Amino acid sequence: MVWVFTGRENGALLEIVNVSRHFDTFVALDKVSLHIEAGEFFTLLGPSGCGKTTLLRLIAGFDQPDGGDILLDGKSIIAVPPEDRPLHTIFQNYALFPHMTVAENIAFPLRMARVAKQDIRTRVAEALEDVRLPDKGNQYPDALSGGQKQRIAIARALVNRPRLLLLDEPLSALDAKLREQMQIELIDLQKDIGITFIYVTHDQGEALALSHRIAVMDHGRIIQVDEPSRLYGYPGSRFVADFIGKCNLLDGKVSEQQGSRVTVELDGLGSVYVSGLETQFAVGSRCALTLRPEKIRISRSSAIPGASDTLSSPADPSPLSSFDGESHFPGYVHDMLYLGDVTVYNVTLANGVLLETLLANSASGRTNFFEIGDQVEVAWSCDAGHLVLD
Amino acid sequence: MMAKKNLLLTVSAGLVYLFLYLPLVIVVVFSFNDSKLNAEWVGFTWKWYGKLLYNQEMLTAAMNSLIIASVSAGIATILGTLAGIAMHQYRLRLLQMLVLAPIAMPEILMGVSLLVLFIMVNMTLGLISIMLAHITFCIGFVALAVQARISSLDPALIEAARDLGATPWQCFREVTLPLLMPGILAGALMAFTLSIDDFVITFFTAGVGSSTLPLQIYSMVKIAVTPEVNAVSTLLMLVTLVVITVASRLSPAIFRGE
Repeated sequence: MVWVFTGRENGALLEIVNVSRHFDTFVALDKVSLHIEAGEFFTLLGPSGCGKTTLLRLIAGFDQPDGGDILLDGKSIIAVPPEDRPLHTIFQNYALFPHMTVAENIAFPLRMARVAKQDIRTRVAEALEDVRLPDKGNQYPDALSGGQKQRIAIARALVNRPRLLLLDEPLSALDAKLREQMQIELIDLQKDIGITFIYVTHDQGEALALSHRIAVMDHGRIIQVDEPSRLYGYPGSRFVADFIGKCNLLDGKVSEQQGSRVTVELDGLGSVYVSGLETQFAVGSRCALTLRPEKIRISRSSAIPGASDTLSSPADPSPLSSFDGESHFPGYVHDMLYLGDVTVYNVTLANGVLLETLLANSASGRTNFFEIGDQVEVAWSCDAGHLVLD
Repeated sequence: MMAKKNLLLTVSAGLVYLFLYLPLVIVVVFSFNDSKLNAEWVGFTWKWYGKLLYNQEMLTAAMNSLIIASVSAGIATILGTLAGIAMHQYRLRLLQMLVLAPIAMPEILMGVSLLVLFIMVNMTLGLISIMLAHITFCIGFVALAVQARISSLDPALIEAARDLGATPWQCFREVTLPLLMPGILAGALMAFTLSIDDFVITFFTAGVGSSTLPLQIYSMVKIAVTPEVNAVSTLLMLVTLVVITVASRLSPAIFRGE
């Protein structure tokens, strides 16, 4: 199942049409098509080697596609050299020119565009002001911290107002705290200037936090393009479910569909309802139920009176283990990870599958609700999960 | 135990340096000796350096050496820089071999083959033929120095320049060349010292009246090692030392064999 972005397709700022790129026998990009709208914060997300950086380099003009076309404002830019494309790139290691001062670095694109000398001076000063480093103009890049280099790279790339800004894992060289701060700055910056951002990252958390839309890539193909919350809540495939955030995948078979509600027989567990589905599923097809750890409730077995009522074993699959609302399954705590804010409990279900669940540590004193080996019950509501077909 | 080991290391290192530098030290010391013989220390004097100034043959040879070294180093630097960039960009084994072979080739072989070539094309041996020969063996050293510098550069810098609106030529002039400059200068200085010190290849490619300093020293030594020879050798050593020190400051990488 492929999610297709249907809105605003006419008049896209950047259109990528069936673009392919091969390196000898390795297929880096396999007929990739994308539409990116003006003003969008668009992210290419995928594991290393998925082709996201290759695609970015094709857009920037550092590399040529073997097939397909790239259109900017409806005009092909394939034959346009990088210096004539109205877009700039933020490189992973910032690529500030070490032999030029910060001010000279920012002046570089203006100088190349033959902007008058006095104008260059005022615009460089403004750019430094914008990134809140007004007194760093005379320093050399070596004297700057990682975060400062990052800001100068952004100032340099934005000083002559490109149509598009390409960002190649720009935060990967920063430490966690600074990265979070820069993420907020990037969001604000993009909102302020309204320039389209195309952002490449392998960090799904970063992608979810920053983007208007995300294209998930793998093995040179686009797997799914969607808004972050839809990508997280309604993954279109096992790969996306697994790659975006943490996700439990319970294998099963579609046994019935009534409107948006599907009955799924989970292997070795029994039947559950899954509601809120938008597509039609063929009865009998293999599928997997995706369940995010935070959407699963975990409680002590004894807390539920007559727990055996909701028990379902493979030997006795006939009664639905779920009533209209919640599904309940017994299990025991296999292992746990105390993470401070939450504790992760991995629960072994009757069919031997490990289910990852989360419990917020709401009180500061009590850290462990359960011990390893405790009999517990896990439950989720029928609209908590989503179905992906194999 | 540890101290003993260190002592052994220090002593052996000292012996190696002694072996390497004692002959040079002797030359320097005797260039200040107030005696015509290199036998025993008589007293300190500057007079041999003074005498050099009145030795017309020696001055001509020194001038020849300087001209040859400057011109050869200059041309070899331009060609070697281009070769170094090409070696980095195209990564062709053959290209690499062709550029670097003259470094490894025995000098005598280079000398003889260049002589044969010059005779074949009916070229008069003189300053020009020496320069051509020196350029040939200097290119490889410059190319090595430049290549070492390029491989230490972030390739994204070149792409960033293009991305920010520089044409290929602007990119070369504004970014590539300034960043390569330390490597280029180091290569140029190495080429200069190699040229000014060369004896074997120069010996084969020099003609009448185009004697260089090393050739001049050799012809004087045939009679006797005079204090004057010591003095001029000391000066040559000094020039080489200064140039190599500057070069190693500019491009530490090539002197560390990276």
